[in-house]
Amino acid sequence: MTDLNNKYEAVIGLEVHAQLLTKSKMFCSCANQFGAAINANICPVCTGQPGALPAVNRQAIELGVRAAMALNCQIRNESIFARKNYFYPDLPKGYQISQYEKPFCEKGSLTVRLKSGEQKQFGITRIHFEEDAGKNVHASHGTVVNLNRAGVPLIEIVSEPDMRTSHEAGQYLRALHSILQFGDICDGNMEQGNFRCDANISVRKRGDSKFGTKVELKNINSFRFVEKAIEYEIERQIDLVEKGEPIRQQTRTWNSSKNITELMREKESAHDYRYFPDPDLAPLVISEAWIKSIRSQMPEMPSQVLARFQKDYALSEYDAGVLTATKELASFYEQTAAQSKNPKASANWVANELLGRLNAAGKEIANSPVKAQQLGDLVTRIDQGEISGKIAKTVFEEMFLTGRNPAEIIKEKGLVQISDTGAIEVAIDKVIAANPSQVADYKAGKVKLLGFFVGQVMKETQGQANPGMVNELVKKKLD
Amino acid sequence: MSSLHSLDIQSLLAGYQKNDFSVQEVAKSCLEAISKKNPQLNALLEVSKDRVLARAAELDQKKSDAQRLKLFGVPIAIKDNILVKDWQCTAGSKILQGYRSPYTATTVARLEAEGAVVLGKANCDEFAMGSSNESSAFGPCRNPWDLERVPGGSSGGSAAAVAGSLCPAALGSDTGGSIRQPASLCGLVGIKPSYGRVSRFGAIAYASSLDQVGPLGKTVWDSARVLEVISGWDRFDATTSKAPVPSYSDALKESTLKGLKFGFCKSWLEGVDPAVQKAFENSMQLLKQAGAEIVEIDLPYTKYSLSVYYLIAPSEASSNLARYDGVHYGFRAPEFKDSETLYNRSRGQGFGKEVKLRIMLGTYALSAGYYDAFYLKATQVRKMIQQDFSNAFKKCDAVLTPTSPSTAFKLGEKSDDPLKMYLSDVFTLPVNLAGLPAVSIPCGLDDLRLPIGLQIIGRPFDELRLLQMARVHESLFGVLKHP
Repeated sequence: MTDLNNKYEAVIGLEVHAQLLTKSKMFCSCANQFGAAINANICPVCTGQPGALPAVNRQAIELGVRAAMALNCQIRNESIFARKNYFYPDLPKGYQISQYEKPFCEKGSLTVRLKSGEQKQFGITRIHFEEDAGKNVHASHGTVVNLNRAGVPLIEIVSEPDMRTSHEAGQYLRALHSILQFGDICDGNMEQGNFRCDANISVRKRGDSKFGTKVELKNINSFRFVEKAIEYEIERQIDLVEKGEPIRQQTRTWNSSKNITELMREKESAHDYRYFPDPDLAPLVISEAWIKSIRSQMPEMPSQVLARFQKDYALSEYDAGVLTATKELASFYEQTAAQSKNPKASANWVANELLGRLNAAGKEIANSPVKAQQLGDLVTRIDQGEISGKIAKTVFEEMFLTGRNPAEIIKEKGLVQISDTGAIEVAIDKVIAANPSQVADYKAGKVKLLGFFVGQVMKETQGQANPGMVNELVKKKLD
Repeated sequence: MSSLHSLDIQSLLAGYQKNDFSVQEVAKSCLEAISKKNPQLNALLEVSKDRVLARAAELDQKKSDAQRLKLFGVPIAIKDNILVKDWQCTAGSKILQGYRSPYTATTVARLEAEGAVVLGKANCDEFAMGSSNESSAFGPCRNPWDLERVPGGSSGGSAAAVAGSLCPAALGSDTGGSIRQPASLCGLVGIKPSYGRVSRFGAIAYASSLDQVGPLGKTVWDSARVLEVISGWDRFDATTSKAPVPSYSDALKESTLKGLKFGFCKSWLEGVDPAVQKAFENSMQLLKQAGAEIVEIDLPYTKYSLSVYYLIAPSEASSNLARYDGVHYGFRAPEFKDSETLYNRSRGQGFGKEVKLRIMLGTYALSAGYYDAFYLKATQVRKMIQQDFSNAFKKCDAVLTPTSPSTAFKLGEKSDDPLKMYLSDVFTLPVNLAGLPAVSIPCGLDDLRLPIGLQIIGRPFDELRLLQMARVHESLFGVLKHP
């Protein structure tokens, strides 16, 4: 495949639908809430009753403008809502209110870091507002339309076809996801469909300026699947071209159990949505004054948090990068550091111990059994010499399994570190008495044996002795 | 007491204040008139005796409100494309047969807050598409002046209910003349407010950028009173204006024409019925005698109004009516295989001929490849028509036209020829395209004693002066004695 990859290049553009974190829906006052009972959050407006009219939710506009700012877009002071007309049972009005010719912002960019260490900038074509559709729920007695999601505010973020590899697409998505989360714009929950991605992929011979026929991959619900699906699709298309077969304009979906893309529908001709300006809504005016006030309330973006972590907590760029991967993680880390007052050690515990353990357990930081305050408390107990770093790992494991506080575990298991000189000396004497030949070797100049004695003492004290003190006292005794 | 149903609003309010009669007596009188005359007129599609009497009793309990409320105890018919909670709302279509409103339109809520009594739901052309009330799925409505003739449309039931003295006033909706033309054909005062003056929330959309709800009454004062109650900004309708609402009815006392100029367009009178032309000229004379000046104006682009209207209105309608799909509410075809046949059959069987015609027209005009030539072009010409009027208003304070080129025509006379039917709105359509306020007032009777209407078109949001002009004309011409 390497030869073929040199011969061809892929052209990838992404469309992301992100649900906005508003209290209410885009055009009515119904709650924007996931998981409510079927049709609990509906009203005449979002169910498309006769005579009902939309009224724009200002909070949705503000969140959209935040996204526009974070993605360096040019904001239009006057944009137009348009109707996208099509029939589908989950679309009660028979049209979706969206934006078409004049979206509220355009021409942005997003810079991401690739695994090569290189930074690459991808263009954002446009972002526009639209309302979500409902959901068809298939039940035993037939199909039911759940309209709780109908009218939930969305932004659609359309990228330029700037990506060339699945890795670039994946990194773009991760960076975008993180920006929307840090901005409190979208919660980013992909399983609930709050952050959905469609990818347009085509291949062409390197050097060609014309695009190949594109295939649209729809509704892929994880970053990893997006990467795999794109990877698969590129190979499938190259394979077709090599065989001299035409690439058909299709919509395909990712089958994650078979690891292949599958045909959803052929696009014989583009669907005619008969877009036209929605006469029920005046042009959306976003004034400079409004933009200014939104800017003043802009939450910290991931790049800003990263810089701050390096500066305020003296973290390496790598550690800061790991800890700002998601908003939850960054805030977990900050709480841990605030509790422990030891940012450096907290960074190690969160980035290495906790993340590793979560990963092994298949859990997310959001549902970590160990809370930030507890982890901070653990770090403090190490710093104060109450337990050793080694014991701390035992305590941590217990915390992870039971969710209990470190103090409780330390007390119950009797893990308090021995910092009593007398007790440690007793142990050292015992070890010296039991190992006369090693003592002789040490005294003859084999100073490397110091580690052996320390280890034996730790063993003798079941790891509870303060290792620093053991080190010091052993030396003193033997020298 | 038997004639209470034929009193106008002003007389009703005066009577309540003097304690001459109760709301229940008035309501009963209206209900009696309905049971006597409605079987012939078919003006009202739903009348709920229980609800009407309960509301009347409730108002009689609060007699003191008669002093305070602007429409205390006034029975009003509501066009059946405007929602009133728990009442049916069919828009004259089989596709909404049996549909019960889950909420109340802003206009009706405002009427009720001022003490009005919802009397019934008035017949209309299907989805307000028509000029004769013959496209109603629930049978045509008849003109009280001559039962062989149409009351006009689409607010035909509203007009017939008032002209037939089933009630003193009604709400209608006007997209291309649907209040003014029936007002003209039934000898009433009908107001099409400026676009954005009155909330459309709860009024079933036909063409959203043209629709306005407005009153039909027997006098200028009555219609002005209803208009001031329903007007004003509504947070549920993003197209309503925040401009303050003056008390139109109170301001009629100061009506004068001194120093005002009326414009008229000579070319518009070509092809108009001679009787209509005569009445129109007579009205101009009356206004001149009252101190107004008449000037000739030119509205060169208004000749495209019909074409522009029949692109914009059907385009919007094709989208507005997509929600009637048999899935969520309303009529659903009894047999279907899949969602495709569910849609096709429910809509195919649920919509009438005229509605289907306009949906197809609009779908076509919005289609890829045709959008620029049809919909977009129409919106551009619409702007030129608006410009025509703003130019005219530099020369005059209001524009005069006949409301309709003819008086009431016979049932069936135009129903097979859409173009002929569309031409009956030739003077009213441009007003909606330009978003202007206009009123139709009686200005004569033809040889068959059928009413003729005069249309006065005002500047945007200048309803106050428009109604003052109408009031002066009314004081000179008089109020028609209804059949």
